[in-house]
Amino acid sequence: MQNPVADHRPVPLINPVSEPFFAAAREDRLVLQHCPRDGFFFYPRERCPKCLGADWSWREASPLGTLYSFTVDRMGQDPSQRSRVPFHIALVDLDDGPRMVGGLVLKAGTAPAVGQRVRVRFERVGGEPVICFEPCPKADSDGSVTSG
Amino acid sequence: MGKRASAIVGFTEWNPQRRWPKPMFALDAMAQLAAEALADARFGKDEFDGIVISHVPEAPYFAPSAVAEHLGITASFAEFVDLGGASAAGMVWRAAAAIEVGACETVLVLCPGVPAPRDPAAAPDQLSALVYMGGNAWGSPQAQFEIPAGLVAAVASYALAAKRYDAQHGLDPTVLAKIAVHQRDNALANPNAVFFDKPITIEDVLASRVVADPIKLLEVVMPCAGGAALLVTSAARARRAPRRPVFVAGYGESLTHRSITNMPDLLSPPLADAARRAFAMAATSPGAIDLFCPYDSFTITVLLSVEAAGFCRPGHGQDFIRERDLRYSGDWPVNTHGGQLSFGQPGLAGGLSHFVEAVRQIQGVAGERQLRRCDRALCTGSGGMLSEQSAVVLEGA
Repeated sequence: MQNPVADHRPVPLINPVSEPFFAAAREDRLVLQHCPRDGFFFYPRERCPKCLGADWSWREASPLGTLYSFTVDRMGQDPSQRSRVPFHIALVDLDDGPRMVGGLVLKAGTAPAVGQRVRVRFERVGGEPVICFEPCPKADSDGSVTSG
Repeated sequence: MGKRASAIVGFTEWNPQRRWPKPMFALDAMAQLAAEALADARFGKDEFDGIVISHVPEAPYFAPSAVAEHLGITASFAEFVDLGGASAAGMVWRAAAAIEVGACETVLVLCPGVPAPRDPAAAPDQLSALVYMGGNAWGSPQAQFEIPAGLVAAVASYALAAKRYDAQHGLDPTVLAKIAVHQRDNALANPNAVFFDKPITIEDVLASRVVADPIKLLEVVMPCAGGAALLVTSAARARRAPRRPVFVAGYGESLTHRSITNMPDLLSPPLADAARRAFAMAATSPGAIDLFCPYDSFTITVLLSVEAAGFCRPGHGQDFIRERDLRYSGDWPVNTHGGQLSFGQPGLAGGLSHFVEAVRQIQGVAGERQLRRCDRALCTGSGGMLSEQSAVVLEGA
């Protein structure tokens, strides 16, 4: 099995372990696994990567974070998404701890900067949610996920 | 003085080429590499009892026994290494470690990198999925997050590291360009290099197109075809080798993540831990290294490796490189064969090219680019997305 393609993009290959993350994301909610000792962790897995404990729970996380790094892919090495080159790829440190990868949605004429505040939103590819980030003003911290 | 239990005594290396004239199955390429490396060291067919290999496309399972069968040997040590670009480095030290503990006495490290004869039944989409490097497997985290985000292959991941470096320390594009240019200058003295006759300037590198910000085309390795092998043997047997034996004096390896998303700190590669172990085992230090042969998938890999290996403090690599001449004629030689950036990246043999060059320099057979003094080299391997890294100290007998 491998990623299906829709709208010239690969669709996430969702499995039973990650399904709760994607189920919440379909409702534009950011829900991550939370370990009672080590806090939030990501990507979804059956044991906490810090303590290997299994007593975690799914919990609403803040969609706010800080841009850790980014790039613009201009090569299109992946044939299934070559047509959308150039596109941004971002790494974001969530305020709640985990680092996530996703696209970067920018207003025309603006450039991103490492360290800037961003928030999670979910694009839809083939009907499934795909993580991306958009800049947010510093004052804006109501913590709701913007629907994509 | 470091470990003196095992030594590299022979090698063979095929000149990298963009188009390989005669497709070969990997098993057949390994048989040819084995014959050549044994002949180079004047060892007989029955005088090796170990093999270290990586993926064999025509033997996706049971690869070590398939190689033993194909070479017609009885192996008492047959190791399969799956460390991407760090495989070659990982193979060299595993061979040395196996000899040291007495599991075997003489090991062939085999890195074929040539295309197989065309499979008439191959599905075209099988080829295009290679860019995912297995990340599209059912259950893989990359299939859920990295691939949909467009983070595939390697270039964008290294670009994320370079951008982070820029944010933290300020990246001087002329320093990264200098790495590419000095290695190219080295390749101009290496007739085996794929870019042997193509000089470049700092301006050429800066003007080459951006492939993933801030990485430019001339800062990226060019995949090609080729192959290489090393013969590693016990110190006792190494005495009869025709050239100066090269001891595997110390080694270390470290792995922390597969996707760059999960790399704890993009500016602290696992090589720091690997090099610390290698230097401690070899009872030496960065200051005693005559030749540095870092795995150079990108110029940023070299910059990060200079810092991680301990030649300077983190964040000071650009000043360190700015003040030094990295050419074979310079005061701080780096990848005197041209590195993979200018020698070429013939699959896993690209990673072995750093070792072959260090052996040549230590044995005094590097020709026009021979260093005046080379008794000790540090070679590194880097696989995946700065994921798995190895460091090996080599010392002349």
